[in-house]
Amino acid sequence: MKLILAIVTVFFCTVAAAGGASADAPSIAVEKPWARASILKSRPGAAYLTIRNTGDEPDRLLKVTSPAAGTVMIHESKLANGVAQMLAHGGLDIAPGAEVTFRPGGLHFMLMDLRKRLHEGETLMLNLRFEKAGDINVTMPVLGLGATGPK
Amino acid sequence: MPDGAPETPALGRRLKIVRRAAWALILVTTMAAAGFAGWKTFAPAKPPTARQVGEALIKTQFNLTDHYGRAVKEKDFRGQWQLVFFGYTFCPDVCPTTLSVMARALDLLGDDAAKVAPLFITVDPGRDTPEVLAEFVGAFHPRIVGLTGTQEQIKAAAKSFRIYVGRVDKPDVPGGYLMGHSGYMYLMTPEGTYDAVFSENRNPPEDIAAAIKKRLTKERSGR
Repeated sequence: MKLILAIVTVFFCTVAAAGGASADAPSIAVEKPWARASILKSRPGAAYLTIRNTGDEPDRLLKVTSPAAGTVMIHESKLANGVAQMLAHGGLDIAPGAEVTFRPGGLHFMLMDLRKRLHEGETLMLNLRFEKAGDINVTMPVLGLGATGPK
Repeated sequence: MPDGAPETPALGRRLKIVRRAAWALILVTTMAAAGFAGWKTFAPAKPPTARQVGEALIKTQFNLTDHYGRAVKEKDFRGQWQLVFFGYTFCPDVCPTTLSVMARALDLLGDDAAKVAPLFITVDPGRDTPEVLAEFVGAFHPRIVGLTGTQEQIKAAAKSFRIYVGRVDKPDVPGGYLMGHSGYMYLMTPEGTYDAVFSENRNPPEDIAAAIKKRLTKERSGR
């Protein structure tokens, strides 16, 4: 079930990205999106995906929003001298041909002020705004709190 | 040459040779000694050890409250290996990731997991009550114990593990602050002393389970 959901999601994301881009505009593909279930409404959620720039021009992820959260921030977990820290990115440059992977323990979207807690089995929508590719809506499955990625 | 000593030119010349020979001897001896000292210093006298400074001082010592609301001390876990991680439930990325690595390692240990006490100690006791911790740790593994306490108790526990805990005020995040915390999982012996350290980004669950299994096997054969 989860697998089907993931495949369908990836398919739609790719279609959305391809449809939004004109012939010579940079093309952005979003793959393997998933969100992690959260505990309590007050605790932030996390979402992960892979962004690929299949075009010839650089692009930049400018802003991320979600109807499920008050604010979405681009964060990166870093382990420096044994201390886990978070860096906030204002945006992300995606070079032509580059693949940027959001994954547990690294880059992640931090979903703050959730309207409700994220339950496993539900879906979450993110809107990714790119400088050139424009808006890309991504629908992703919510996996368990202990999940490390789509199976 | 002592001052004021009368000297014939011939004797002076001979003394000069003797003096030069003495200086040469001193020079050669000094160089040989320095060379020997250098060899002693730079030669691999013993294999390098992987221990970091201060690790031997890490010990498990705490008075806390578990996620069932019961008062617990480190003595309650004596006789078990302890796998300890400090984190907090507002941390959406590294903490769930580390706990899922811990949970997977426990699953891989099978029956041997009973010999390990997996402990999640919050660094944010103000927000992480026993009820919140119960829901959080319960989502990962039924054996993980969530521990909280007063600020002082958490501070004392962190100190015994020589763990850094720092509050970073950020008005743009829920609750207004994040906690900086150690990203490591500590493996402590059944006697409560430091044994090894793991992190989710460097040690897959298979490595952690294997490291624990190795110690349990050694323990069994030693007794």
